[in-house]
Amino acid sequence: MGPASNVRSGRNWLVIALPYSWLLLFFLAPFALVLKISLSQSALSMPPYAPVFDWSDDLRAIIEKLSALSFDSFAGLFNDSLYVESYVSSVIIAAIATILTLFVAYPFALAIARSSSKLRPILIGLAIAPFWTSFLIRVYAWIMILKDEGLLNRFLLSIGLIDAPLGIFATNTAIVIGIVYSYLPFMLLPLYAAIEAQDPALLEAAADLGASPARAFLRITLPLSMRGVVAGSLLVFIPAVAEFVIPDLLGGSDTLMIGRTLWNDFFLNRDWPAASAAAIVLLLLLVAPLLVYERVQLQDQEARR
Amino acid sequence: MRAGASLARTGMLVAGFAFLYGPMLLLVVYSFNASRLVTVWAGFSTRWYAALTQEAQLMASVRVSLLVALLSALIATFNGTLAAIALVRFGSFRTRTIFAGAIYAPLVMPEVILGLSLLLLFVALGIERGLWTIVAAHATFTMCFVTVVVQSRLVGFDRALEEAAMDLGAGPARTFIAITLPLIRPAIVAGFLLAFTLSLDDLVIASFTAGPGSTTLPMRVYSQVRLGVSPEINAISTLMLAVVGLALLFFAALSRQRGD
Repeated sequence: MGPASNVRSGRNWLVIALPYSWLLLFFLAPFALVLKISLSQSALSMPPYAPVFDWSDDLRAIIEKLSALSFDSFAGLFNDSLYVESYVSSVIIAAIATILTLFVAYPFALAIARSSSKLRPILIGLAIAPFWTSFLIRVYAWIMILKDEGLLNRFLLSIGLIDAPLGIFATNTAIVIGIVYSYLPFMLLPLYAAIEAQDPALLEAAADLGASPARAFLRITLPLSMRGVVAGSLLVFIPAVAEFVIPDLLGGSDTLMIGRTLWNDFFLNRDWPAASAAAIVLLLLLVAPLLVYERVQLQDQEARR
Repeated sequence: MRAGASLARTGMLVAGFAFLYGPMLLLVVYSFNASRLVTVWAGFSTRWYAALTQEAQLMASVRVSLLVALLSALIATFNGTLAAIALVRFGSFRTRTIFAGAIYAPLVMPEVILGLSLLLLFVALGIERGLWTIVAAHATFTMCFVTVVVQSRLVGFDRALEEAAMDLGAGPARTFIAITLPLIRPAIVAGFLLAFTLSLDDLVIASFTAGPGSTTLPMRVYSQVRLGVSPEINAISTLMLAVVGLALLFFAALSRQRGD
């Protein structure tokens, strides 16, 4: 490729220099820093950690310091039951919430995809519109509903279905409800896309061959929408594991979720090395689902070509 | 048989939309409640809206939020559009994997980690936190959304138009401004709006990167929500929902006009 073809293809390195240097400074450098601080000792100073490297270090000093790197924060994580329990319960809560979201979203997506072609864009638009509204406000609405003196309990008490408040608020159940509600659009969209793209002739053929609607659904619709199921589940699961706002507002004081534990360690306990190490472990925990998601996306792109 | 299926479908749609919109509707209704007890209805009143205008801190945080959203969305749109052009047009280049990875990673990266890492950066560089650190943080995490939106438009782009312009003697810069930019403008506008909305809504990253005196609206609402439900929060929430709702209606009408 000569310079002429560079002009032709519009390759101007300035185009890439700006976003690249922005990402280097504000995304990649901070990550290196998190890694660095997770390996340092915590200290009672500001910033609250002992420096690992100095710009003035020569090579020998660096090697010396490398051998003295502290893995205390990582070891601490695994000895600290608070962290281990936070990771475990985050994964469990996120997994339960993801499955429930799938069960709520699938019939909903199916109903939208099977509506008349004129109605479909309006319905899917309405279904994902809440995504544009404030997350915080949507979670807040559930505090109002679920509290002991909240709307749900008031309603159930007044019609005599219960005689004491249900006590859902400030429990893991409330967190699950909050996640299902907040992340529903993330599940709906990929499911809808996967179902809507199917050729309706397939279902007609199945019916002609004598398959019941239930059988046709299990043998045709569901298998063909698996890509949407996987993509939607990961889009809900990944952020739900690290969720902070929902456990903080809907969960009880004994609720352990890693996003909240990390936040508290950072802001309340001011243990920055521990919080950094926790962040690294959380990332490692999410690498596998992230890679699967990447893979699904790639297959999707290839399928469209 | 068919009637049954259609009935089930209608039922599912009604239930689904009731679940999605019911909680928000309750919030709006109870913002007009005369009682201070949020969940006890005591007649219609707009007193909580009148009370809002008295809250100077709240109004200040609305200004901070709008300013942060505007500035960060502008930066994100600029950087994100350039990144999309680089990804679509540059083919493979060295360190492309790192570049693409750094662009897509924030899409799925937990907010607590992004916030934490940026705070550590600002502390290490000795930068005092305030409005500008929130702007930088928001511009970073919203940029990838702009890239994705613009990229999808660039992929389905007819290169022959650009070639024609160049054959007629236009330089690369002129071709870009006269041909490419107008054609990808809808995607750039959509990306900007997405970045603006995401910035306006963010609590976690702003909390890590804000300094004293630069409290955003979600941070202010959050600190009040933690104390419990109050009719004032219902009133703010209703106003925020109304702004988003009107904007969505406006753009739906706009795209409809253009589409038909």
